[in-house]
Order: sequence, then C-alpha cells, then structure tokens
Amino acid sequence: MSAQGALRPLTRALWRRPRLKLALLLSAPVGWLVVAYLGSLAVLLASAFWSTDSFTGTIVRQPTTDNFTALLRGEVYRAITLRTVGLAAAVTVVDVVLGFPVAFFMAKVARRRWRPLLLAAVLTPLWASYLVKAFAWRVMVGSGGVLDWALEPLGLHGPGFGLTAVWLVLSYLWLPYMVLPIFAGLDRLPDSLLEASSDLGAHALRTFRSVVLPLALPAVVAGSIFTFSLTLGDFVAVNIVGGKTQMIGNVIYANVGAANNLPFAAALACVPVVIMVVYLLAARRAGALERL
Amino acid sequence: MRPRTRARLLPLAVALALVVAAGCGSDEPSSSGTAAPQGFTPPEVPMLQSLGAGEGKVNLVAWAGYVEDGSTDKSVDWVTPFEKETGCQVNSKVAATSDEMVQLMKSGQYDAVSASGDASLRLIAGGDVAPVNTDLVKNYADVFDALKLKPWNSVNGKAYGIPHGRGANLLMWRTDVVKPAPDSWGVVFDPSSPYKGKVTAYDSPIYIADAALYLKSAKPELGITNPYELDDKQFQASVDLLKQQASLVGEYWGDYSKAAQAIKSGSTVLGTSWQYIVNLAEADKAPVGSTLPKEGSTGWSDTWMVSSKAANPNCAYMWMNHIISPKANAQVAEWFGEAPANRKSCQETSDKQFCATYHAEDESYFDKVAYWTTPIKQCGDDRGSVCKDYSEWTTAWTEIKG
Repeated sequence: MSAQGALRPLTRALWRRPRLKLALLLSAPVGWLVVAYLGSLAVLLASAFWSTDSFTGTIVRQPTTDNFTALLRGEVYRAITLRTVGLAAAVTVVDVVLGFPVAFFMAKVARRRWRPLLLAAVLTPLWASYLVKAFAWRVMVGSGGVLDWALEPLGLHGPGFGLTAVWLVLSYLWLPYMVLPIFAGLDRLPDSLLEASSDLGAHALRTFRSVVLPLALPAVVAGSIFTFSLTLGDFVAVNIVGGKTQMIGNVIYANVGAANNLPFAAALACVPVVIMVVYLLAARRAGALERL
Repeated sequence: MRPRTRARLLPLAVALALVVAAGCGSDEPSSSGTAAPQGFTPPEVPMLQSLGAGEGKVNLVAWAGYVEDGSTDKSVDWVTPFEKETGCQVNSKVAATSDEMVQLMKSGQYDAVSASGDASLRLIAGGDVAPVNTDLVKNYADVFDALKLKPWNSVNGKAYGIPHGRGANLLMWRTDVVKPAPDSWGVVFDPSSPYKGKVTAYDSPIYIADAALYLKSAKPELGITNPYELDDKQFQASVDLLKQQASLVGEYWGDYSKAAQAIKSGSTVLGTSWQYIVNLAEADKAPVGSTLPKEGSTGWSDTWMVSSKAANPNCAYMWMNHIISPKANAQVAEWFGEAPANRKSCQETSDKQFCATYHAEDESYFDKVAYWTTPIKQCGDDRGSVCKDYSEWTTAWTEIKG
C-alpha cells in the first residue's frame, strides 16, 4: 500500500468532521497566540507587581504597587514618556508627508509596469540590516560627517547626536512601513472617482481634499500604526545616534540590563502597551483596522 | 575590530528588599535590608576538596576579550592550548554587563564567571558561587598579594575567587582640541567649559562614583571618604554635579566601540575612558591623550569564580589555573589593556614595558583607584545604614540623564 493509501482513512475522517479539521488547523496558531503572546503579556503584567532584592538581585514575588507608584510619581518618567510619544508622533508626521506623495505616484501616476520596480525600490532599505543603517547614520550625523559637510556652505552644521538625529533616523527607517499601506489603499481607489471629481469641476487640490484623502485616511492610519508603534519601542537607534536622549525603550533596557530590575522594567513596559491600546482604539474608530 | 564590550555596569537591584543574610540579625522590616559585606553570612556552599579528572568541557561567562580562542584574531589564542592540555572543551558566553553576569550565573548552566567587584559579592550572597580552594590552583601563589582576600573576592577570610586583573578608568582627550592637557577631572565638570556638547561620560549609575571621587578633593567639607559610600548630602551633591554636567555632555557611552568611534571622529573631545579605547584610537592615529587625574579614579578588579551548581568543577578549576598562568594572564592583560594578576606575567608580555605602563606592580598607583563595588545601605563606617544603595543610584542616574 502506498503512503497515500495509508493516509486515505484519515483524510476521509477529517472530511466527515469539518470541525475537527478546523480545530487541528487552528490549534497551532491559536496556541501560539495564547501561550507565547497573551501569556507573555500576562507574565509581564504580573511581574510588574513584584520587586527585586537590592543586593542579590533575586526577584521577590510579593505583590506591591511600588513600581507603579514610582512610575507615576517620578517626574523624569513623565518627561520621558512625553518625549517618546512626541517623537513617535513627529516621526509619523514626517513619514506621512514623505510617504503619501511617493505612494500616490506609485499607485496613480506611474505606469503599471513600473510598479513592481518602484515597490522593490521602496523595499530595498529593508534588505540591509537595521544596525548597519543606524551606524551609517551615526557617521553621517556625527561631527565632520556628510551632513556637516553638506550644510557647511550654508553656514550651518549637522544636528549632531541627539533628539533631532533620532527623529531623522527613525523617519528614514520606518518610511517603507508607511508607503506600503498607503500604496495599497490608493491602489484600491478607483481612477473613475478621480475622473468623476474632475468632471464635476473640482480642482486637483479639491479632489485630493474631498475624494482621495477621506478614502485613503484609513490606509494612512494603518501606516501610522506601524511608524508610531515602532518608534515607541525603539531603543537601538536612540542608543546609536541619540547622544544622551532617553526614551521609554532605553529606560526599560537599562532596567533589564544595568539595573537588573525586571519588575520595574515590566511596569515601564506597560506604558507603551497602554499607549498603543489607546492608539489602536482610536485607529479602529477611524476604520483603519478593517482596511489593513 | 576587537570586540570587547565591557560595559561595566553595576548590577543593581532595586526596590524593596528581603533581608539577605539570615544570620546577620538586622531585621529591618520594609526598607532595603541588605547586609553589610563584612557582616553577612553567605549561604553554606561546599568547596571542592580535591581535583579530579577533567569532565571534557567547561562553560564560562566572561567579559568580551577574556576568553579568546583565535576566532577574533588568529594570534590571540589562549583557549586552544588549554583545550589541548586538559581536554576541556571551552564554551564561553560573553556578558555585556555585571548584571547580565549575575543573571546568567543564577541560571546554573555555567561553571565559572569573570566577575567584577560589583557582581562578585552579590553572587556570593545569593549562593550562586562556591568558595574556591586556592590550594587546587597552583598559580595562585604567584598572584600579587595586594589582590588576594580582598572584600570583593572573599568573605571572612575565605576566598571566593581567583584574581584576574585590574585597571583604572582614565581621563581621555583630543590633544588637537583640548589645551592645555588636563590633569584633573575638573575639566569634565566645569560649567563654563569651552568643550560644551563634546564631553562624554560613562553610561552607568556607577559613574556617580566618579563625581563623588572628584568632590572628595574639590569639596572636602562634604567629608566623602569612599565614593561608593555616600550619605544623603554627599549623594545629592554628586547627583547635582552630574545634572549640571549633563548640559556639557554630548553623549554617554556604554559600548567601547561607540566611544572609540566618537573620539576618533571628534564628536567627543574629552571624557572618561578605558585604556583599551585609548589604544584603539591611537591605533587609528587619532590625536588622543590620557591620564589618571590627580584626584585618582574609579576602576575595576576582576575575579574568576566557580558556580555553586557547576557541572564541570574540575575543568573550571583547571581553567582558573590556566587563565592566571604567567603566559595566559600576560596575553589576556595585553589584549584587554589591564594590569595582570600574576607577578610572573610581567616577564611574559610581548611589550616588555607593559607592566610598567599598566602599573601592575605599582601599589601607590592603585591606591588612587577606587575599585567598583556595589553601593549598599550600610556605609561601612560609624554613620550606620544611611548610605544610598544601588537602586537609588539607578533611579538617580535616570534623572541625571533626564
């Protein structure tokens, strides 16, 4: 009997019980989601209520709200949270401003056969390692780097290491994540709508404002979820080009590594989680999640 | 580039504490009741009594550059001879910080660790490492006496590790920019510094000790005796100094390669450094100078320790004996840029001036070095338990950077 023949009874049984088939099919991904994803979130939340022994570094599993108290009382954490959210918003704005025209060109202006090439071009930055790109930017924004050189004739100098450099680098790094969703959104927008608008006498600007933007907004919001959440959690680029800038991610990292205070790091990690939940709820209201 | 990330962050820990040492009797109910190093009784862990045959392998946790098998640089290899001689296959895990070392050792999967003074006591108190039977480590006899049975590698006269080497954090500057050559840490704290935005500092809470060390001589009225034992007033003064310094700082560094790149490119021109970074910059012909300023400096003294759960204790002992053997200890010291622990190593270095350059035998030099140790509540003198512990140092460090 062939191997295929041996499997036949099994195939038949599964065909007769579609629910069993579905359960078998979904158990692995759902299990992964529940155990690895929701499970780790639960552990995170639970450990935020623990503390560590200040000498041996062992975790003390006695519930306490001290971590959250310290978090809410500390002015520095408020400043860092605001800075991080502000940066995430700024990066998102830059990416929308840069990404929208690019996506519009790809979807509506460029010839169809150029599209795969343009898509590939947008994606090429993702082929290089994140670290390589960040370190390349470190050299560029640093003293005597390309930016210094380019701005010198204008009597200016490069941003140096700091918040501006982080803004620049993260905007660059996350741009493809903004272009792609907007491109997909605009691609679904029928050309006939643009023509109809123009037939009715609307200017290009009016068409953009009244037709394109409302229809593309969910795609923009979808893209912004990527740029916003990626910026919110980033600590590597900040570490490389940020100079002395601290973001939530850096403080979490410092508490995991340097401070060996996992419970406090867990409490801190709840901050971006809460921010993202709020952001996603807002995005859902904008209808972005249905169109992802 | 030679990878030797040695972020010497002090581990630390925060938060509420258990009374660590059951036997110390100071039952402070809710505050951080850590026991004084001299006062705590470490958990009873048996010591290896006799050396048996090697187990065929040994798992190490080490600073980058401490366990080199020729894969980084062909000529840098003291692991292969050891493997050939003992039959112990070496698996090494590089840790970036002292805290990572403590965490890795708590996993119980490693046999030995090269712990700095800030990690060693915590490992001892946590029962993660066993006392070391120095009779089984032949080369221990040649180790400088100044490194033996110190507060960071022993408890109550019982050795918990084998000294590896030591060094000091240096003041580094660009000779083409910073003139005249500085000889005091004052230049990195000067509020009217002409180098504003180009100063660098070490990115770790333990850097607070550098500020305290400077204040010790700059503001004697604070009465700072030990930069790791700071009471409220002294701590506040150090933190204030660093907050003021933050406006001068262009970048805090935790990664040696980042520090070396910044000084080479001129992004930073002045700040705290290690000998190794100076070497890297000089190798690339960058105009850098370095000195141990007149106030002295902070530094490190590392210790090889054996895990209390070691699966391969015999190979671990053989490794400790090997790494402080004259030849291997000279190699690692030259590669890393620190003073060796074995006095016979000074004849084995390829640079005959090495031990002089690194002041290996110069105790008066190391008298000016305050080795990193974990700050705890107990001040170690008659002030009692009013000092700031490391968790408070970490919180303050976050605030200093803002």
